Amino acid sequence: MSREWPLWEIFIRGQHGMSHRHVGSLHAPDAETAIRNARDVYTRRNEGVSIWVVEASQITASSPSDKGPLYEPSESKVYRHPTFFDIPDEVGHM
Amino acid sequence: MAEVMEKTALFEFLCRMGDNTLILGHRVSEWCGHAPVLEEDIALANTALDLIGQTQLWLEYAAEVEGKGRSADDLAFLRDVWDFRNVLMLELPNGDFGQTLMRQFLFDAWQVVMLGHLVRSSDTRVSEIAEKASKEVAYHLDRSRGTVIGLGDGTEESNARMQAALERLWPYVGEMFASDETDAAMLAAGVAPDPASLRAEFDAIVLPALAEATLTVPEGDFAHKGGRDGGMHTEHLGHILCTMQWLQRAYPGAKW
Repeated sequence: MSREWPLWEIFIRGQHGMSHRHVGSLHAPDAETAIRNARDVYTRRNEGVSIWVVEASQITASSPSDKGPLYEPSESKVYRHPTFFDIPDEVGHM
Repeated sequence: MAEVMEKTALFEFLCRMGDNTLILGHRVSEWCGHAPVLEEDIALANTALDLIGQTQLWLEYAAEVEGKGRSADDLAFLRDVWDFRNVLMLELPNGDFGQTLMRQFLFDAWQVVMLGHLVRSSDTRVSEIAEKASKEVAYHLDRSRGTVIGLGDGTEESNARMQAALERLWPYVGEMFASDETDAAMLAAGVAPDPASLRAEFDAIVLPALAEATLTVPEGDFAHKGGRDGGMHTEHLGHILCTMQWLQRAYPGAKW
């Protein structure tokens, strides 16, 4: 059993209405401490209004070696991009 | 005459508040680059900066009240040991990380209670400073409390270190609740509460946390004193001031 603190991935929401974004990772013994550490490491210049922490070992990631089968088939399918619609200015940020 | 008395008492009170945060801020800053892990290093540096920021507000107002043309910087960098009004606990050397965090926790708890009363001060400047500082201090307490519990209720070694820290620091807690004629004047003017009246609120924060940390509160109510009235500081304050003030002493008026 490792005596190192586990690694946590940190997600910060910069403003209300936006989504949380991955900003980096840090070590902490538990989730509450990870939140406090994230506050001190990543929000000291007023970067955030909300913090999520996820233990890195809980994240399942796609394998880089699968990128051919996973992503290349979508490259040639321009009709999947909704670029043919005119969006009125009043709609604002989407 | 009463006005002069009150002004003197207010200056004294503001120096007590500002010197507490100045000396602890300096002590905590000594950890910068030395904390056991990067995350704690940044957190301690943030705490130190918060405390120095609070110092600026308290001592700036103190200098104005004094009305002798001194600035907050003059008060911080050009006074000598006998003019400082911080409680003794805050000038003690940091010890190990556990002792630093235990001291932080005990002071944070006192600050939270004190500032909670000062936001209702009859003096609007005092209440504004308290309002601003109390948000920072609420976070400091959240962090130091969590760390004290985590280390106290941790490994055999971390528990032993936290128990030793508590035993070392407990005799210094009482001074935060001492009161004298300055406090009586502040109470009468509605500026600040009598520190002696704050002990129950402090205990309500500290005792359950120490119990959760599986630490044993030492018996006895002996309290070292001599810091908040400047009567007799420990030998350590002179060393802090030497480090903190040498630049202004060696190069008067130096700026960057």
